[in-house]
Amino acid sequence: MNTTIMLFLLQDGITNGAIYALLGLALVLVFAVTRVILIPQGEFVTFGALSYAMLATGQVPGTAKLAMAMGVVAFGLDLFEARRSLRPRRVARAFALNIALPAAILALTYGLAGPKTPIAVNIALSLLIVAAIGLFLYRIAFQPIAHTSVLVLLIASVGSHLALQGLGLVFFGAEGLRGPALSNAALTIGPLRFTGQSLAVYGLTVAFIVALWLFFGFTLMGKALRATAVNRLGARLVGIRTTLSGQIAFLLASLIGAISGILIVPITTLYYDTGFLIGLKGFIAAIIGGLVSYPLTAVAALLVGSVEAFSSFYASNFKEVIVFTLILPVLVLRSLAAPAVEEEKD
Amino acid sequence: MNQRTPLIIFALVMAAIPFIPGVPPFWIVLLNNIGLAALVAMGLVLLTGVGGLTSFGQAAFCGFGAYTTAVLTTAYGVSPWLTLPLSLVVSGIAAVLLGIVTVRLSGHYLPLGTIAWGIALFYLFSKLEFLGRNDGISGIPPLSIGNFRMLEPDTIYFVIWIAVLVSALLTMNLLDSRTGRAIRALRRGHIAGEAFGVQTPRAKLLVFIYAAVLAGLSGWLYAHFQRAANPTPFGAQAGIEYLFIAVVGGAGYVWGAVLGAGIVVILKEILQSYLPYIFGGQSQLETIVFGIMLVVLLQLAPTGVWPWLMARLPIQPGRRMPDALLPLATPVRAQASSAVLLQIEKARKQFGGVIAVNDVSFEVQAREIVALIGPNGAGKSTTFNLITGVLTTTGGTISVLGNKVDNAPPQEVVKLGVARTFQHVKLVPDMTVLENVAIGAHLRGSAGAISSMLRLDRADEAKLLTEAARQIERVGLGDQIDQLAGSLSLGQQRIVEIARALCVDPLLLLLDEPAAGLRHMEKQRLAALLRQLRDGGMSVLLVEHDMGFVMDLADRVVVLDFGTKIAEGTPDAIKTNPDVIKAYLGATA
Repeated sequence: MNTTIMLFLLQDGITNGAIYALLGLALVLVFAVTRVILIPQGEFVTFGALSYAMLATGQVPGTAKLAMAMGVVAFGLDLFEARRSLRPRRVARAFALNIALPAAILALTYGLAGPKTPIAVNIALSLLIVAAIGLFLYRIAFQPIAHTSVLVLLIASVGSHLALQGLGLVFFGAEGLRGPALSNAALTIGPLRFTGQSLAVYGLTVAFIVALWLFFGFTLMGKALRATAVNRLGARLVGIRTTLSGQIAFLLASLIGAISGILIVPITTLYYDTGFLIGLKGFIAAIIGGLVSYPLTAVAALLVGSVEAFSSFYASNFKEVIVFTLILPVLVLRSLAAPAVEEEKD
Repeated sequence: MNQRTPLIIFALVMAAIPFIPGVPPFWIVLLNNIGLAALVAMGLVLLTGVGGLTSFGQAAFCGFGAYTTAVLTTAYGVSPWLTLPLSLVVSGIAAVLLGIVTVRLSGHYLPLGTIAWGIALFYLFSKLEFLGRNDGISGIPPLSIGNFRMLEPDTIYFVIWIAVLVSALLTMNLLDSRTGRAIRALRRGHIAGEAFGVQTPRAKLLVFIYAAVLAGLSGWLYAHFQRAANPTPFGAQAGIEYLFIAVVGGAGYVWGAVLGAGIVVILKEILQSYLPYIFGGQSQLETIVFGIMLVVLLQLAPTGVWPWLMARLPIQPGRRMPDALLPLATPVRAQASSAVLLQIEKARKQFGGVIAVNDVSFEVQAREIVALIGPNGAGKSTTFNLITGVLTTTGGTISVLGNKVDNAPPQEVVKLGVARTFQHVKLVPDMTVLENVAIGAHLRGSAGAISSMLRLDRADEAKLLTEAARQIERVGLGDQIDQLAGSLSLGQQRIVEIARALCVDPLLLLLDEPAAGLRHMEKQRLAALLRQLRDGGMSVLLVEHDMGFVMDLADRVVVLDFGTKIAEGTPDAIKTNPDVIKAYLGATA
């Protein structure tokens, strides 16, 4: 192998790795706050990417309607939960968040969507839609069982993934889509050509890592979120609104997912079910990071991306086999490094 | 009503279905699919519902079973019946290799690990040349007996459902045995089981292999039913679906697997036929409904449909007495080389910078009740954990009858005749008192998994249950023997733990706060029991906060404070010891 090929592979690996890093970060974030292992993270990616791609062709994506529908269900759940104390203010707040917000997004999407809509508006719309879906997903699927074990949450997570992936097929069809690039600028260093797109990927990944690290390490809100993860009851007793923490985590995760999707959809064709595999690769990174460390997750994601790039060059048939087998030694090391002395709870 | 009656009725009904005139052939195909799914789900019931190990990767084991027979019958012309044991062995070997890696994983790493290797294996199946890549292998010969070839769904139907019924029977036999109790205790953590000699890693590997072999059997049947094998039914999606089936039916129940398979397969069929009318001709839409149902089900009925159904039946299963009342032999133990039963010398335990136990030394003689007291956080429970091997010491030595046990695993300590109870009760709440107590006699039985499945363990089992029943009578819980442990009051649960420890036939009984939560009369009865045990030759070391109880009962008292021994002596001497009073009441008491 010559140096040029190696550099190309490395560049490819790092670009993919940066995306995995973003997703890995989101997964760590959600797990750290809610103990949910967020399998539907991949759907946030495809929903963001394909909504953006559809908006670019001037169509209204079905995701906007899904957000509305989920909002209605969330509103119903809110009303049902508060049925013994239906104060007007409470109802009004639930209405604003669950009905007015998605309705506004839906109206905006219908109003603004068109073949000549600027890219920035399309991006903003896609992000809004997916953020709303993320928020309502937590409300509907996870908030009612937030106190249960990691395992129950994981199964619910798989259920959400199935449902959302199926809906993705309904909204976007079985054909893959590509979106327009964010910028056509390019930069050449030696044999390597960096597109504006890949530079945006790197920049945003680094920015998110730093921002999350600062947020969780140094702000009161971030610390409150972490406290929720460790002990929900304890957090509630000291006045942290655990429901809000979960909503914020899901909001951030869906935003990160949608951004990742919008970043890659101009580079590669995405299908309704691509997100699952991309998300799982983010997982491998998150698990190497032990589901707690942001910097370690980012480094691991670059490793996963590079392994993928090199194995697709040398053993393209077994690319996925190699990438997914990578996780096993890591899991074993993790388990050995932290033997569970304390009893597992049910 | 006999235990077997419902099973026999079910078997007869299933056998009769193909002969009912007018049953559409398509129904038989559906029933075949239900049977195939039920086999895999049954393995998951044992693995996930009972053993607590969630696997998303079971479909891959079906793949091992199906591809083994596909390759051997098509490329080498081996008879399908000969490939059956080979399919099971290949699935089993794959399970051993993956299991060694996987069952070590703790908590949520385990299901994630299974997703990862499930996907890796799916891609492996679809890329390997000799497995036919994505197209798979077709032209697999049908099963045949003599000249009778099982080409039609209604012939292989019998093979599939015999496999289901036999597997269900074997699985239920396994669960209702010495090994089964060890498996059922897994989900509640490993410490309690290990304290009574259960080799938890081995038990976990056992259920993992068992589930994989059932999946392999399903795969073998699938290959000869479809007469083709391709990677799709062995992918991640299928793995998720099997788990879904187990959860729907009731993950803790063998028949839940069959019921869940029925519900899911039929529902999927209905959805696949009707959803395209609603959404307009697209495939795979049933996953949306499946996903939503899974989420809804977890919120409304997390234990599944089977237990919900059973609770509504008018007939409840009655008490099952041991087959015969047989005495259990006294365990043979290592010979004593010392008169001192338990000797602790400068035992030390550090957690980072915290010294939980600081060079503590004391002894327990034969026929003696010693109390270990001290304020909260004094290191009493940590000392217990050091003695029983739950924690490893940082320094010092602990010996039982002259045998050094510091850093020996809990399973070895209990073999020397040291049994314990726990400060935080560690019983299996959905097992009866009798079954919980019988775990204590784990080391006094010898029946393994295979003999349990084949019901060759009945004599052994009867002895264990008789001993358990005897100890339950002894602690005065005879009336609660058939109740679920989780339904008892906390005080009674502590007494159940004592009965379980007594099943070891111990030389030394370690009791961690046995009187907490007991009423006055119950405490007196407990004290009388402990005195009676001592007079019978047993020694007791107990941690307790009820001073009246301790001072009345103990022959000697050891006082710990901040991990250090501050006093030792008779109850009367301890009551007046100024250091003890200072530790409990402060400096100027």
